[in-house]
Amino acid sequence: MLLQQLVNGLTLGSTYALIALGYTMVYGIVQLINFAHGEIYMVGAFVGLFLVTAWNVNLGLAMLGAMAVCMMLGMTVERVAYRPLRGKSSRLSPLISALGASIFLSTLMALLAGVNTRRYPAIVDLSSYSLGPVQVSSMQVIILLVSAFLMIGLHMLVRRTRIGKAMRACSQDLEAAALMGINVNRVISYTFAIGSALAAAGGVMVGIYYNAVWPYMGTMAGLKAFAAAVMGGIGSIPGAMLGGITLGVLEIMGVAYISSSFKDAIAFGILILVLILRPQGILGQKISKKV
Amino acid sequence: MTLLEQWITEIIDPYYLRILILMGINIIMVLGLNITTGVTGQLSMGHAGFMSLGAYTSAILTLELGIPFWLTLLAGAAVAAVFGFIIGLPALRLEGDYLAMVTIGFAEIVRVFFLNFEPGGKAVGLSGIPQQTTFSLVLLLTIVVIFFTQRLLSSRIGKAMYSIRENEIAAEACGINTTHLKVLSFVLGAFLGGLGGALYAHYMYYINPQDFDFMRSIEMLNMVVLGGLGSIPGAIVGAAILTVLPEMLRIVAEYRLLFYGALLVILMIFRPNGLLGDIRLYDLLKGKRKEEVKACQS
Repeated sequence: MLLQQLVNGLTLGSTYALIALGYTMVYGIVQLINFAHGEIYMVGAFVGLFLVTAWNVNLGLAMLGAMAVCMMLGMTVERVAYRPLRGKSSRLSPLISALGASIFLSTLMALLAGVNTRRYPAIVDLSSYSLGPVQVSSMQVIILLVSAFLMIGLHMLVRRTRIGKAMRACSQDLEAAALMGINVNRVISYTFAIGSALAAAGGVMVGIYYNAVWPYMGTMAGLKAFAAAVMGGIGSIPGAMLGGITLGVLEIMGVAYISSSFKDAIAFGILILVLILRPQGILGQKISKKV
Repeated sequence: MTLLEQWITEIIDPYYLRILILMGINIIMVLGLNITTGVTGQLSMGHAGFMSLGAYTSAILTLELGIPFWLTLLAGAAVAAVFGFIIGLPALRLEGDYLAMVTIGFAEIVRVFFLNFEPGGKAVGLSGIPQQTTFSLVLLLTIVVIFFTQRLLSSRIGKAMYSIRENEIAAEACGINTTHLKVLSFVLGAFLGGLGGALYAHYMYYINPQDFDFMRSIEMLNMVVLGGLGSIPGAIVGAAILTVLPEMLRIVAEYRLLFYGALLVILMIFRPNGLLGDIRLYDLLKGKRKEEVKACQS
């Protein structure tokens, strides 16, 4: 029972982690809570659904297509709603702009696709295997493997490539990075693209796993993923992974052993407790204030 | 009071009257959020949680115990203020976006609580709340709240609150008790949020936990930021515009929220500091901008 819940929790947690990575990467560089990120995840799920129903592609292609579309969408949102505001206002106005973009995207999708919940056709064999006492469905295996693959890929990208190095430089000091000849705008654009691609992959997999896609699915998922990013220490990439998985496992445990009607309250309750005990998040670094 | 009310219902169309009443309620709540977020700079994204607590407290007191209306208003606001105190405490250790996340979490927990709360009708909500909120009452309370916040912000306490927003370390070094003031700003904001919620419940006949979701908190934050952080006329203008705007956008029917979202982005691009950032009521009356405030910021 406990092991079974642990597997379910890890599955949910890795999708939270995928979305949380987008929040944390953007935050690390421009200190902006990208509230439109949940909507990008939602668009990803819809693009995947469209590709599967209209063109009969398999899961891998659907995910790649969704990732490509969302990369462009993420870059467009950054270009239109955030770049004009950068560096000329308080930190609250980009936040409101992000919220505006989020309302815009979810309403647009509701107009295009209707507000009803849609279902993925059966493209994945939904049989489950028993490993000792634990039942693992093939979709769970896919989610765990793909998430692990994407996270390792992201880690390599950030640690080993030129653009990754530029991203790390920008997150340390945007101005100094610009002075060293890094094209800051391009780095920010790429950051949005990478984060959006991860969210899109998460969207397609969650859409199949829960068999439900609807235009407002991004709001709660976005809030939970943001909670995960904050819990892990916002701005820290390993923090977002750890925060996502911790939040997913604890939420499933709470649902199983406490009450399912308090599902959302449990996640946020845990978050508040963690932040009270450790204000900078699990892996966040304590920044000493400069005087 | 009743005479005034009769006269008003005769001359104003019920549809416009409804918008005016909701505008007044929004102004009261947004002035509260303005104290927390606009003046003291503690980003709160869970103001709907306080509104919800005020609405449910007052509605349950009216329906179950038949307590006089004005007392339920006070009780709703008081319960919200107590929770404002509780939420203000983590604010002492948390900053910026971490604090924002705690307030979002708080509002979500309140919503889920009322979704499972038997006396609150669970997901169905509470209906049959007598409509006791009248235009004249809202008008009177709005004027009282504007007067009160205006006095507060021009007092020593208000100026100390502005200084926390501008530079917390410097404020502390000047001997300002930032701990007390941050919690106080949450308590005052929550009190007004709860008051607005109680008025709302007694105007709408019917409340439901989904009325107070994340979008509602965001709407109020939009009003504060759009009007201009820390400015009373700003909060009033922001609340008025964003109450009327969705009504005006009814012409475009189902595209309403699409325009709303796009307008938020456009307004922020062209007026990043809000329409009336840091302009005080007093300055408007005198017809000039106070250089003092500008100097404070630099």
